[in-house]
Amino acid sequence: MSSDNRPSAGVPIGAVGKHAVLIFFTALSIVPVLMILVNSFKSRRAIFSDPVAFPGPETFSLIGYHTVFVRSNFMDYYVNSLTVTVVSLVLILILATMIAFALAEYEFTGNKLLAMFFLLGIILPVRLGSVSMLQLMVSLKLVNTLAALICVYTAMGMPLAVFILTQFMRQVPREIKDAARIDGANEYRVFLLTLPTIRPAIATVAILTMIPVWNDLWFPLILAPAPETQTVTLGAASFLGQFLSDWNAVLAALSLSAGPILALYLIFSRQFLSGLTAGAVK
Amino acid sequence: MPGSVSAPGKRRFPIHIVVFIAPGAVIYTLFLIYPLLDSLRIGFFGNETDGGGFVGFRNYALLLFDPDWSERFRGAFVNSLIFFFINVFVQTPVALMLAALLANKTRFSTFYRTAIFVPAVLSLVIVAFVWQLILSPVWGVSRDLMGLFGLAQFFQPWLGLQETALTTLALISVWQFLGIPMMLFYAALLSIPEELTEAARIDGASSWNVFWDIKFPLLLPIIGIVTLLTYIGNMSAFDVIFAVKGPLAGPNFSTDTLMTFFYRTFFGTGFQQPNPVMGGAVAGATFIILMAGVAAYFFLWQRRVRSYEL
Repeated sequence: MSSDNRPSAGVPIGAVGKHAVLIFFTALSIVPVLMILVNSFKSRRAIFSDPVAFPGPETFSLIGYHTVFVRSNFMDYYVNSLTVTVVSLVLILILATMIAFALAEYEFTGNKLLAMFFLLGIILPVRLGSVSMLQLMVSLKLVNTLAALICVYTAMGMPLAVFILTQFMRQVPREIKDAARIDGANEYRVFLLTLPTIRPAIATVAILTMIPVWNDLWFPLILAPAPETQTVTLGAASFLGQFLSDWNAVLAALSLSAGPILALYLIFSRQFLSGLTAGAVK
Repeated sequence: MPGSVSAPGKRRFPIHIVVFIAPGAVIYTLFLIYPLLDSLRIGFFGNETDGGGFVGFRNYALLLFDPDWSERFRGAFVNSLIFFFINVFVQTPVALMLAALLANKTRFSTFYRTAIFVPAVLSLVIVAFVWQLILSPVWGVSRDLMGLFGLAQFFQPWLGLQETALTTLALISVWQFLGIPMMLFYAALLSIPEELTEAARIDGASSWNVFWDIKFPLLLPIIGIVTLLTYIGNMSAFDVIFAVKGPLAGPNFSTDTLMTFFYRTFFGTGFQQPNPVMGGAVAGATFIILMAGVAAYFFLWQRRVRSYEL
């Protein structure tokens, strides 16, 4: 490279080049997503004639959203997805925090082994167990219930949550816990005392857990494909199949299915990204 | 002394440890570990039609040597490998470059990071549809875009052609998950202490040299981890192919991967009866393929990187 002989202040491609590259990749990442959102608010003619324009007074139309709400049960899908996502998330946070506390706090026999056991779940794709998972759900009479999805997603989200939360639990100063013990607190009280320290990790764990749950297509397809238990993602996918030629409706359905998770990500992105970096550095 | 920490003073059975661990461990074991192990067990048994007894490695032998199965299995394995290699050789360098640019005291870096991560939070249903739209000859957005650069005549319906469909799907996957390795590299770059690079800078080294001579070797461990995660994620890729191509992974199985093959085998399609025992065998074979990658990482890469650091 010719840049070898440059003075120390010089950067290889310069500030302008750097921002040009970053802007290019930023556009590449968000323009396709914006195209879905923007075109969902346009009339059919405008989607075709000018796909990259924003909706104007003449081209603005909510016909797609109208079709989605009249012709499908999108509100029910939302309730299903919200129930599954929120219940799994709460279960994961409670159960994984308890495990993380025990792994970080006590040096019992098999501690390391147990930590490895939970790490297995990060490496192994749960989907490979689908054959038995389906049989298990049949024998538990949970097929086509939201409970089946909640059980699977809770188990699925546990390993990563345990891993991240254990890192945070290790940072709690020993003095706080020992002082509480001298004052006569039992171990459950000590656990409750440490909870505020994991608050920064909650946004990271929550988003990392919610994204795959909200977006999952595999388990709703296999365990709960009935119309009354369909999630937003499965609902949008099957809606796509039925209304493929109705572009307004398809774009509206896709925007509706992405909306909540996208909004959540944008609201919590700062905490989420800093939590991700903090976790990765260790 | 380990073990005495839990109950200061007295040594009694630490019931509170069980209370903390058991609820989560039970759910995790019942709904994740048990189904995985049991699926592997099923692979060693026969179908209801042939009695359902223990058949040893018969299903695995069918998978490897019976032309009805082996052709599809080999195709799925090779396609999964191609999918993985495209991801490694495109995603990792681009993510590394973006992370290096972002970590270099760049303004608006939070904005760039947030935006480039956006596709990773979307479902494959949306990602698949948006790229089908963009690449569709009917809507013509990409042809018009290429026309701006005078390349319109090179436009082809890449997703539909047997030769290019798999590569196109892999690139869509690269596009979607680019933000994840970028963030991991970025975090690793920020954790490199200033003092390490300052001395070289004072000696007159350029940013380019500082990156390759000082920072890059320190990034090798995280590059290894990212490669391992890419291997696990891409050897079990399903959503993008299923969302664009359906369970038949067309055209002519050219986009068939281990997971679409697994789905068809155990769940069945319009043309094929569900076959749980062969599904168990496909799951077992995929499991071995994944573990081979994990073993390669631990024994070849990690050991080498360790000694390099010394």
